[in-house]
Amino acid sequence: MDKLIEQFSFGLFFWQLLLFVGLLLLLRKFAWKPILNAVEDREDGIKNALEAAENAKREMQNLQADNDKLLKEARAEREAMLKEAREIKEKMISDSKEQAQAEGDKIIKQAQAAIESEKKAALADIKNQVGNLSVEIAEKVIKEQLSDKDKQLKLVENLLGDIKLN
Amino acid sequence: MQKPFYFKIFLVAALLLGGNIFAKENNHPVEESKGSLKAEIKEFIGHHLLDSHDFTLYTVDEEKNEHVGFPLPVILWDNGLKVFSSSKFHHGASVAEVDGNYYALNHGKIVKTDAEGTISYDEHHHATNEKPLDFSITKNVVFILLVAILMFFMFTKMAKSYKNSALPKGMGRLLEPVVLYIRDDIAIPNIGKKHYKRYMSYLLTVFFFIWIINLLGLTPLGVNVTNNIAVTLALALLTYLITTFTANKNYWKHIFWMPDVPVFMKLVLAPIELLGTIIKPFSLMIRLYANITAGHVVLMSILGMMFIFKNWIGSPLSFGLAFALSLLELLVAALQAYIFTMLSALYFGSAVEEHHDH
Repeated sequence: MDKLIEQFSFGLFFWQLLLFVGLLLLLRKFAWKPILNAVEDREDGIKNALEAAENAKREMQNLQADNDKLLKEARAEREAMLKEAREIKEKMISDSKEQAQAEGDKIIKQAQAAIESEKKAALADIKNQVGNLSVEIAEKVIKEQLSDKDKQLKLVENLLGDIKLN
Repeated sequence: MQKPFYFKIFLVAALLLGGNIFAKENNHPVEESKGSLKAEIKEFIGHHLLDSHDFTLYTVDEEKNEHVGFPLPVILWDNGLKVFSSSKFHHGASVAEVDGNYYALNHGKIVKTDAEGTISYDEHHHATNEKPLDFSITKNVVFILLVAILMFFMFTKMAKSYKNSALPKGMGRLLEPVVLYIRDDIAIPNIGKKHYKRYMSYLLTVFFFIWIINLLGLTPLGVNVTNNIAVTLALALLTYLITTFTANKNYWKHIFWMPDVPVFMKLVLAPIELLGTIIKPFSLMIRLYANITAGHVVLMSILGMMFIFKNWIGSPLSFGLAFALSLLELLVAALQAYIFTMLSALYFGSAVEEHHDH
């Protein structure tokens, strides 16, 4: 300790203090501030760029999601439309089938009715003709058989049997 | 980036240290008698540790007082300013006469004497002669000035390299990691993000100053500035002043009226804490001084052993030891700069610490 005090040089202390403070002030103005500011600016720039990139990425993801959503919606819509079309088609087919069936039935019924009425008309006609024929026959028979009583009776009997057959 | 940087430093250091050892080998006169050789080595080391009024590069012949170097201006305040060249002392061999006053060198210190240069000593071997205030530009002052100029050019160049692009070039590329290290690992963790900017200039300047001047102390010139207590005192004083003048209310409250302890303890703690504020920078001063001084003494003693052994086993051994120690000293040079900066930042941090509940 004694030696330290003995060695202590006030001049050196003075110069060290003066030069160091001078250096400190000069460096602060001409070196440290520009350097630290530049470094800080750069770091801020990097940080901002990273943030911007992150945002852009997020936006891209959002867009992608939107696109996907839109696509899905479009697909669903198309699906629905197709389904509807298919339903309509099926309905149309079945409707027309039914209609055709009904029409067919109607035509058949009409045909049946027509046939029935024809049949009736034909039967009536036949009956008329049979009547007429029988009358004619009867006339002939009567004309012929009037000469022979047995024959007359037999004839009548035969004729009657024929009629019954009808 | 990191590896080549360290490698370059290592390379430069190895070259310089090689030169250091070589230079010492050359300029040391070898004598036959071992006893006087030991004494001479001891004296040489003592001389090396002292500041000098001449810039002596090396001594050609001690006996004939032949030195290679150049004189430096001596500035004295002794009833008026006295400025003269240190060549007047002839390396301590003669008395300098200025304006009718006589001055002589006594162990590197200027004392006022008579025409014959008589120096009287007290019982502790201290000169009792009157000592004028010495503001001389000594070897150390020259070195401080050189380092200051070097640093100024280094860092203004670095600052300029940022003007053209955000990425530094040359000097900036080398120094930026160190600057960022001081900011991110010393200043911000110790002081806090809010206040650290105020202290950055001081921390950066003090770190690079100590580091560079320590490294230059390991060069063949061997001017070790930081082994002067005056230099470390100036640095520690600045840390103390900055701490004291930037301290907030909370800091003083913790010193004079420690919160959350009984009143009796408050009274006991106040003087201890107050003393602590002085002891902290004092420890900074002593630590730097002692580490560098010890390093130089040990290194030079081992180098001196080379001349005492003077055989094929001892001398290479001490050479190897000195080389290893030189590498260690390189680490110490950076480490002491780091510790000084780190502790300064710690003290600044305590000065601006915000109040928080315990």
